Amino acid sequence: MTYPRWLLYWFKDEILAIPGRTIALLFIVALLLFPLITTQPYFLRIMIMAGIFSIYAASWDVLGGFTGQINLGQALFFGISAYTASLLNLKLGLPPFLTIPSGALAAVIGGLIVGFPAIRVRGFYLSLVTLAFPIILTDIIFIFPDFTGGELGIYGVQGLSSSRITDYYIVTFVMLVSLVIMYKFTDSGSKIIRTGIILNAIREDEISARTSGIDTVKYKLLAFSVSGFFAGIAGGLYAHFVKITGPSTLEMFFSFQSILWCIFGGMGTIYGAVAGVFILFPAIELTQVIPFLRDLRYIIFALILIVTLFFMPEGLSIWVLNKIEIICPRCRVKNGFWRSSCRACRAPIKHKKNISIKDDSNDISL
Amino acid sequence: MVSLILVNGLTLGSMFALLAIGFSLVFGVARIMNMSHTAFYMVASFMIFSGVNYLKLSLLTASILAILLTAALGMLCYKLLFDRIKEHETAVMIISLALAILFQEICLLFFGGHLRSIPPFVKGSFEILECRITYQQAFTFMTVFIVIGGMYLLLLKTRLGLAIKAVAQDREIANLMGIDVSRICMIITGLSAGLAGLAACLLAPIYMIEPHRWLQSLVMILAVVVLGGLGSIKGSIIAAFILGLSESAVIFLIPGGSFLRGSISLSVMIAVILIRPEGLFGVKFEEERL
Repeated sequence: MTYPRWLLYWFKDEILAIPGRTIALLFIVALLLFPLITTQPYFLRIMIMAGIFSIYAASWDVLGGFTGQINLGQALFFGISAYTASLLNLKLGLPPFLTIPSGALAAVIGGLIVGFPAIRVRGFYLSLVTLAFPIILTDIIFIFPDFTGGELGIYGVQGLSSSRITDYYIVTFVMLVSLVIMYKFTDSGSKIIRTGIILNAIREDEISARTSGIDTVKYKLLAFSVSGFFAGIAGGLYAHFVKITGPSTLEMFFSFQSILWCIFGGMGTIYGAVAGVFILFPAIELTQVIPFLRDLRYIIFALILIVTLFFMPEGLSIWVLNKIEIICPRCRVKNGFWRSSCRACRAPIKHKKNISIKDDSNDISL
Repeated sequence: MVSLILVNGLTLGSMFALLAIGFSLVFGVARIMNMSHTAFYMVASFMIFSGVNYLKLSLLTASILAILLTAALGMLCYKLLFDRIKEHETAVMIISLALAILFQEICLLFFGGHLRSIPPFVKGSFEILECRITYQQAFTFMTVFIVIGGMYLLLLKTRLGLAIKAVAQDREIANLMGIDVSRICMIITGLSAGLAGLAACLLAPIYMIEPHRWLQSLVMILAVVVLGGLGSIKGSIIAAFILGLSESAVIFLIPGGSFLRGSISLSVMIAVILIRPEGLFGVKFEEERL
């Protein structure tokens, strides 16, 4: 009987004691049980799209939030993978579980192609280079309309599975696995995987990172490939779910959306990107029901971005976590907001003092 | 054929030059990567369009009003948005992108996605070497040189120009010398938006206006300013004519070239960034490179 009791204590001490983890657990449970609440295709569709886009937004976060490489062309990876997956599916008849990984691998190659110039430049120049690639690819697609479908895109791609609920579970499962991998990859507190702290070092000061003996070129390329891989997974899922791949997957506005989601949810945290997508995407989809708001969609988008950057520069998730979690000033253990003394070392916790979860230097250090 | 390429290239080149001067100025002085620059151009052309068609103003009044309003809009954007977060340069860039999308959507809401045109200042055309040149094209070409001359007079002969150059060289020292850096940056943003408005008056009669066009021109302007060197006015003008001529050559000589025009300029931009990031005449920003 000792094993279940140990599990129970672990659950109480490690999950319930920290509000952030409780929210994450509730979110996952709600995600898994969502088809019990409603099986309406429309709502399932919104949730599936939100799942796909949260992988996509998190992949931008790996580059932009953690490594500090502001990529204005994230849609390139998404589009490459979507096109590769649909072409492989249509021309060679490969099933989705083969086309999606091969699309992601194509996106990794794309990531390396973009990352190669990125070794040499940074700041504005990097943003300009990354902005250029999707536009060039779109032009190439328009030149070969017979092969790529041109402006209309490729349609008739095979669906993920036969039923929408299966689709939902496939996407949710892939999303959770990808997010955990990306979270671990960028977790700067991890003692086993060192990439997280190295990427953070590159963002904060690249030259110092170099002088500390970090091969920044290697790690930047690694960040580009990982980001490309997961954006590619999202792109492949999207192609097989929507069954149409068009040049809209390469649009600049689509790259821009990933930035919006990350900034709104909180940059430099994978969960922030997820929160951003799961709050903003359904909200904006649901405004489409109201005829008056239908045309205002992008205006709302732009306004949300501007307002977020001004009034909540650290992003929604970090803003909320700062309110409900307190870090013990003595032993750096996270506590719930209801405690008056630290749960690990009994040191008193002052509520008034603003002890933030992340350093202030991370706020908006784009 | 050659004369066609020349005429088209020079017209395109003057368009790029007019827009790129403003872009370069803002980047060089205020260090703002203003992605909404061509959106100002688009907004100004719609102002002229509505002034002429709905308010029944004369073209000249509408144009002057549009230039002034665009300049005011630029100053307002600087005061309300850019000035408050100017330390975070990338945040400024993202905000300017958001602003451009905002302008695009507002124009779409009011005018719809149709192609519109406005009447030219000077009607008629003349022929040289079997090639028809409209007076508007010639007028545009000349105005570019007037604007360049005006800019040089402003920068070299006035106290404001001195202050602008000081801010461009070293913002902090300029501030210590008693120059109101924030005000100078605001004036520069207004000036550059006004130049975008002027470009709209001259070019909207030649090219159609449409809310989504800003992206296409933005891409070209980025290529131009990178080729000329970010922040260098002389470089942008020369690069504008180089890229304008090469773009029109691509359109006329290569089949399917009109699809390729953006790609070629962007490939030039990537190549320049990789090989010679300071561009043709640019200032070399040490911190941009590793």
